[in-house]
Amino acid sequence: MGFLDALLGRSKPKAANLDALFAVPQAALTLEVSVGLRPTGIGAVCYRANEGAAFATAQDDVQQLLDADGGPAVERTVDAYGFTWLVCRQEPDALEALVTELHAVNTALQDNGFGPSLLCSYVGFANDDGRRAGLVYLYKRGTFYPFAPLAGEKRDNQLELQVRGAVTDDVPLESDLTRWLAIWGAPGL
Amino acid sequence: MASTRFRSDRGLTARMGLVVVLLVVLYLGFMALLTAYAGIGALPFIALLAIGIGWAQWHFSDKIAMRAMRAREVTPEQAPELHAVIDRLVALADMPKPRVAVADTDLPNAFATGRTPDHAVVCVTTGLLRRLDADEVEGVLAHELSHVAHRDVSVMTVAATLGVLAGLIMRWGLYFGGGGRDRNNAIVFIAVWVASILVYAISFLLIRALSRYRELAADRGAAYLTGKPSALASALTRISGDIARIPTKDLRAAESMNAFFIAPAIKGQSIGALFSTHPPLEQRLSQLAAVSAELGRPMA
Repeated sequence: MGFLDALLGRSKPKAANLDALFAVPQAALTLEVSVGLRPTGIGAVCYRANEGAAFATAQDDVQQLLDADGGPAVERTVDAYGFTWLVCRQEPDALEALVTELHAVNTALQDNGFGPSLLCSYVGFANDDGRRAGLVYLYKRGTFYPFAPLAGEKRDNQLELQVRGAVTDDVPLESDLTRWLAIWGAPGL
Repeated sequence: MASTRFRSDRGLTARMGLVVVLLVVLYLGFMALLTAYAGIGALPFIALLAIGIGWAQWHFSDKIAMRAMRAREVTPEQAPELHAVIDRLVALADMPKPRVAVADTDLPNAFATGRTPDHAVVCVTTGLLRRLDADEVEGVLAHELSHVAHRDVSVMTVAATLGVLAGLIMRWGLYFGGGGRDRNNAIVFIAVWVASILVYAISFLLIRALSRYRELAADRGAAYLTGKPSALASALTRISGDIARIPTKDLRAAESMNAFFIAPAIKGQSIGALFSTHPPLEQRLSQLAAVSAELGRPMA
């Protein structure tokens, strides 16, 4: 925000950056080879539902569009903080399709003028021991970070750092660790 | 360019710009006058004092406000929900996360302070957390984060500093400058003194107007950030209604903090609208209703 915007109190909502999501399949290959994490086939988009009919319509439309393909139904949940999660499920090896579904949600919201309400997306991964991690995408920064929840609201920092090291060359990573938002209770993760 | 529903309020921007221009003109004139008679009495000393006070208020704004409200900083472990709400809001707005503080008072209110966004503190009172539901608390926090993003502490400090200088000369100027042997000097100093009174009065009104406009701007920013203008509107209604019912003793203790609060801690509407730091509730609610209508419309 510029000097004049601050002086005149005009903070424009930050627009979302959508395109980097398509780098996820490449990162998934690297994760499987170097960390042993495989896609679970689950991914979700998290956004702040706006009040009013326009948002509800846009949200229903995209949900219908995604359910029209005959695959598993898209699941919509609202978390404890009032943010909505649209959870998409695909076969674990159909990562491209999953990312395309997530992208469809983004573009639908963006086209209706709700891009600034997008918070994050994640794509789920798990290894053979059942350790789970999400590769989370922050729309406002256009960067990814790993989030590995453990029981009791703890984070598996070791796994997270391992993931970060592995995918450095594949996706833009969030370098400011304070922005690694903890998404406790993200459905499907 | 991505499409967005955000509309900045041109009228509000223009009014705020006008107030800023008027303040700058007023202060430039005052500075020119002071510079012309800089040699008289203790003027340079008073000017340095005013700038020093301004700088200290700006630099230590977080500590001063926290001390005045007896607020304590809370860690994510101590207040996990509060931190989680702020985490999400700053991720939505893409701004650095401020420190979080809680003040132990039943007065339902919140304020943001700190010289830059990196040094910012957002504080809520326990009374606020007790009375409002999650959506409403989020709206209030978004309002405070907008103050941080708009750098309100810096803007208001700069706006007030020369007014403080005028105030100092008004109060003590005659002791320092009036007693010279030179008759001419004394007359000139009285002119400076009268000018200071005028500058002080006018700058007081302008700063209050600027404060009201910045509250409206913060409401607007919060409404677009959360996408729920009605939650903020209901929070404001509830806070304002409750504040009027709280015992007077608390209110007086908090009065000097008014410029930083989300809703002023003053009873009734007895003070003229010109003198108040916050716009009337009806004006804030009608602006939020307009944003709500904007959000509900289908995209053209």
